[in-house]
Amino acid sequence: MNRSARYALRIASLAVALGLWQLLTSRDIDLWLRFSQFPTVTDVAHTFADRLAGPDYWTDLTDSLTRILTGFLLAAVLGVATGVLVARSRLAEDLLGPVLEVIRPVPAIALVPVAILLFPSNEQGIVFITCAAAFFPVLVSTRHAVRALTPVWEEAVRTMGGGRWRVLGSVVLPGALPGVFGGLSVGIGVSWICVISAEMISGQYGVGYRTWQDYTVVDYPGVFVGMVTIGVLGWLTSTAVELLGRRLTRWLPRTAHVPAARPKPAPAGAAPSPARAAVREDTPAHPEEARDEHLVRD
Amino acid sequence: MSTSSETETETETENKNGHGTGTGTGTGTGTTNGTGIETGTGTGTGAEVGGGMGIGIAAADGARPPTGVGTSPRGTRLTLRGATLGHPDAAAVSGVDVDVSPGEILTVVGPSGCGKSTLLRTLAGLLPPLAGTAEQDGHPVDGPGADRALVFQEDALLPWRTLRANVELPLAIQGLPRTERRAQVTAWLERVGLAAQAGQLPHRVSGGQRQRAQLARALAGRPRAVLMDEPFGALDAQTRAGMQDLLVEVLRGTGATVVFVTHDVDEALFLGDRVALLGAGRLTAVREVPRPRDRTAHNAPARLALRRDVLTSLGT
Repeated sequence: MNRSARYALRIASLAVALGLWQLLTSRDIDLWLRFSQFPTVTDVAHTFADRLAGPDYWTDLTDSLTRILTGFLLAAVLGVATGVLVARSRLAEDLLGPVLEVIRPVPAIALVPVAILLFPSNEQGIVFITCAAAFFPVLVSTRHAVRALTPVWEEAVRTMGGGRWRVLGSVVLPGALPGVFGGLSVGIGVSWICVISAEMISGQYGVGYRTWQDYTVVDYPGVFVGMVTIGVLGWLTSTAVELLGRRLTRWLPRTAHVPAARPKPAPAGAAPSPARAAVREDTPAHPEEARDEHLVRD
Repeated sequence: MSTSSETETETETENKNGHGTGTGTGTGTGTTNGTGIETGTGTGTGAEVGGGMGIGIAAADGARPPTGVGTSPRGTRLTLRGATLGHPDAAAVSGVDVDVSPGEILTVVGPSGCGKSTLLRTLAGLLPPLAGTAEQDGHPVDGPGADRALVFQEDALLPWRTLRANVELPLAIQGLPRTERRAQVTAWLERVGLAAQAGQLPHRVSGGQRQRAQLARALAGRPRAVLMDEPFGALDAQTRAGMQDLLVEVLRGTGATVVFVTHDVDEALFLGDRVALLGAGRLTAVREVPRPRDRTAHNAPARLALRRDVLTSLGT
């Protein structure tokens, strides 16, 4: 299936969902599930348009984004650093491991009291909760990724005279990157859950705060505007993480199912190289692939 | 030590072994030595292999690394004294006494799992000896260093770096300025016949090309000793013969001491000035090889006798 057809299918999937929603709500269908009170798609769209015109919506949006990006970036840095430390040092593992393992099962949103006690402002508390939420997925996947590194990579660098920092920079971090991005993808999702919940509990402004406000004044279309906003923002941010991850781990051997990596016409069986990025402009890619053996045999 | 994958490849190449020896040696004499490995089929293939490499070398010779490799003998003496080698909970070899003189090529041959890799890792400084000492020029080896490069069987190139960037790594570690690094890496890649693949990632090239890149990477750092852990073990017989010739060629003039571990007796006898036999948890013998690195000497009576001895003492 080509690219545009796949996009068309994706859009159709969203359109069908919206159409179903509109149908159920505009007909006031009550079949055990009660859609009569439910706002219709058009109601939500109107409210959305009004909100977009007003100043509050954009303040909420930037507030939420600032919180989540700050919290998430902090979590990424702390999570990767702690993960590497715990995986590489037995001392660090013994010192930090137990504390981390005890805190880890506590849901980040249950840390609201802690945040209120610890931080002078709500703002910092929300960032703390967001950070705590993303920290553990990043930590755990980094730890696993670092432990799973092929030992010969490190041995190779050490026998070239590379020290601890060289091993860290040239082997551990790049080698663990695919795993780290697994953690970051999970982390950004959990971060959204927590930033919205924290805003609902203790925020001033923010998408979560607005959504909860709308609920308390029984403005259901407003609630749905909030939900749609959260959905779209979450989708955008996790896509950004995903794309960045793919870009940084382009060296991974991939099978041909990466959509963009499969040019359709394959002339004369000489399939063009899928790793466009890997092939630098100075290398005419394919004819040399089998050259090694020729050189030996001829 | 021997991982499962290593064992797999070893059995695989063991099978090819018969073929490999056949093509390399059986120049119509129908050599028989009672081992049953020799097939004596491929007449004259050895010469062809040599000729093929000759072309490669001619092309590479003009592009020596500018650092003047091979001006003076700069090999290092590696010594193991009464050494017990292995991991703390599992000693692999004990009572090893061996002295590798500067510039010498010592091959270590033995069945898989006999501690060949352990010996190499100890010399590299990755593994401290459990007893006895490992010395370099009379000083105890207390850790890995740039003057003792290690070449692995496979997949030791960093997969996220292009071949060029992999070969550049030791030079970057040594802190060479970028332009000089570039020039040296280009020269090395040409020398091992990888100029055209410089920008490729390791998984995009063949196994033979990866090992060439590893060789270039190990030698680019101008080590005084090169420790090679079955570097050609996963290659097919043809490619392997070519790689052996390439190795001899690129080592020429570096003066580096080489310890080369293999399970292939013919490879050991071709490359080594001396052959060390490892088996049953100890170093059983170290033998001088007559006319090393001479393909035509393969059927010389002295070499054949040694080969027979080696195979007998390895229990094949």
